[in-house]
Amino acid sequence: MALAVAAAVGLPCAARAQSQEEIRALREEVKQLGKRVDEAEQAAIQSSSRPTTENALNPAVSLILNGIYSNLSQDPAGFRIDGFVPTGGEVGPGVRGLSLGESELALSSNIDHNFRGTGIFSVSPEDGISVEEAYIQTLSLSNGFTVKAGRFFSSLGYQNQVHAHAWDFTDAPLPSKVFLGDQRSDDGIQLKWVAPTPIYFDLGVEVGRGRSFPSGPEGGRDKNGFGSGVVFTHVGGDFGTGTAWQVGLSHLRTSPQDRAYDDVDSAGTPVTNTFSGDSRLWVVDGILKWAPNFNPTDTYFKLQGEFFRRRENGDLVFDTAGDTTGGTQTGGYSSTQSGWYLQGVYQFIPMWRIGYRYDRVSAGSTSNGLVDSGALTAADFPILAAHNPTRNTVMIDWSPSEFSRVRLQAARDNSRADVTDNQVFLQYIVSLGAHGAHKF
Amino acid sequence: MRTIRTLALALVLAVAAFPASATLSVFACEPEWGSLARELGGDGVSVYSATTALQDPHRIEARPSLIARMRSADLLVCSGSELEIGWLPLLVTQSGNSRIRLGSPGYFEASQYVLKLEVPKIIDRSLGDIHPGGNPHIHTDPRNITRVAQALEERMMQLDPANAQTYHSRGESFRERWRAAIARWERQAVPLKGVPLVVYHKDFAYFINWAGMREVGSLEPKPGIPPTPAHLADLVDQMKRAPAKVIVYSPYNSPQAAEFLSGRVSIPAVMVPFTVGGTEKAKDLFGLFDDTIDRLLGAVK
Repeated sequence: MALAVAAAVGLPCAARAQSQEEIRALREEVKQLGKRVDEAEQAAIQSSSRPTTENALNPAVSLILNGIYSNLSQDPAGFRIDGFVPTGGEVGPGVRGLSLGESELALSSNIDHNFRGTGIFSVSPEDGISVEEAYIQTLSLSNGFTVKAGRFFSSLGYQNQVHAHAWDFTDAPLPSKVFLGDQRSDDGIQLKWVAPTPIYFDLGVEVGRGRSFPSGPEGGRDKNGFGSGVVFTHVGGDFGTGTAWQVGLSHLRTSPQDRAYDDVDSAGTPVTNTFSGDSRLWVVDGILKWAPNFNPTDTYFKLQGEFFRRRENGDLVFDTAGDTTGGTQTGGYSSTQSGWYLQGVYQFIPMWRIGYRYDRVSAGSTSNGLVDSGALTAADFPILAAHNPTRNTVMIDWSPSEFSRVRLQAARDNSRADVTDNQVFLQYIVSLGAHGAHKF
Repeated sequence: MRTIRTLALALVLAVAAFPASATLSVFACEPEWGSLARELGGDGVSVYSATTALQDPHRIEARPSLIARMRSADLLVCSGSELEIGWLPLLVTQSGNSRIRLGSPGYFEASQYVLKLEVPKIIDRSLGDIHPGGNPHIHTDPRNITRVAQALEERMMQLDPANAQTYHSRGESFRERWRAAIARWERQAVPLKGVPLVVYHKDFAYFINWAGMREVGSLEPKPGIPPTPAHLADLVDQMKRAPAKVIVYSPYNSPQAAEFLSGRVSIPAVMVPFTVGGTEKAKDLFGLFDDTIDRLLGAVK
């Protein structure tokens, strides 16, 4: 800028200048002029920044709204996943017809130079407000360490940490439903370390209260110490110039005490049974995302799968109320069960995606002491009767912007041993407010 | 539970098992800043560019490989002004690296050092994906590069005092050459003055302002919303009434919309490098502007 001014002003004048003095004076003037221009620009830069108000320090707020139309061929009130202990979570397909889904209010902000806070509240049209996640996270630890404390989604597998509004399908995969009660969060502390390597590698550990399935009872045990523990690790990187991958391994250990579920006995009387013992869950997860040159604007493909395996060992108490056989009965119970799903989502043109998901869970091998000893029959535990539920799901969605999505999904669900549920969902999901960042 | 406790202990003991490297490690969000850091640091710095010219800097996945790179970075150089809001904050928190978090000397936002254009008076999402802080694509004005270079040089000197002299002399040499180049580009770009153009996205605003061109339309109906048939039809009508001289798009944009409009109204569509690496000739910042001006002059002639 200063040079341009010098060129325009300085040269013609210099030609006319009679003495060196005059040139020097002119140069000085140009220099001063340049300085003033610079100062003016600096001032403009300062004032072009955002205004500072007290409000400017409010946390980032975002609100997720969603609504759904469901067409279900079977009565959702009778939904169950046969062969598996019910989780007490909201695993069913919801109600028929039009309904408002859970709205999600998220607030987050740096608290100070040491911590960041996040609160995510779920407002259900029926049950009021619940705390989905509320945690603080360290900012100032170095060497790859972060500590998280509060209520948060366990780092178990891949999808468990993803909020429902960011899922690629309307509902959770079957193995998440039977092993994690849809989505497992706990009150606890997480320590995570990221290795200083060019390939991504992390290691982490969580200890928690054990407030939800597969821990028990609901809300956590009345004891000091920890009710559940998780260890996890991930490795990830890139293949070439368009494929990113990540694989993870995680393990949950917990010792549920009087974890209750409802069933009906062979006479058709409703009973409540409880399990006490040890529960161990292993999850292997993998994700692969491809986009030409890592540019997902036009097209991309995402492949995601998880494998779960759970072993439970302990005692099963039949009919805690003691109504049916004149007293409770207790026997040993152990099970080894597994399940997996694989899903692919392809954005074939900007804004439009199609997806397919297959999920399958296997009731596996269980041994029930009360049945083996002849005290009761398998018909007294209808929900534990061996069944391998499967489901096929297809979806197509349209996202006119980063902040809105409309999805049509159809599924054939064999969760119930005796019937097939044909499910169709039409759903919108929108986000208002702060621009959220989504995890890989 | 015992195994978990043992593992936790092992994890804590693993601290600082890896020594810090001697060279300044720079994580550049966009290739232009990677290139600038290389100009200033030479062989004394290791530079990793998180994105390429073929990627839309608004839409980047927080990939594990990026977290891994950020984990070891000493200096983060990004455009800022919310360009990277969809991915950068996540990388910073997940990396567990406090050297490059907001407020640390290792966190450098280029857009803070320049006068921003298109600071919106009305902030509303119905207007598209707008940036409340102003247009973040500041590097397309060569004068902004001078300002950012000065600030970045000072930042690198602060972070790596042992090599401060190198950064200073390399910085001076760069700014000297850059000043000369700007003078040359100003002469070359004279024919572009007042030329009406259609852009794909608002990512070229600073260049347009510098060269004195005139933006008369964009292929995106709203910032961040991909071109729609209805909007393209409107543009065809508009171009028939008042034709632009050139349609400009970036390497990360799909060329279809630009080619469609170009074919319908016989106005040349030109892909400009947009950033370093966007074309064969845009090998560095100098090549970026050389090639951008060349391509535009070629189309306008």
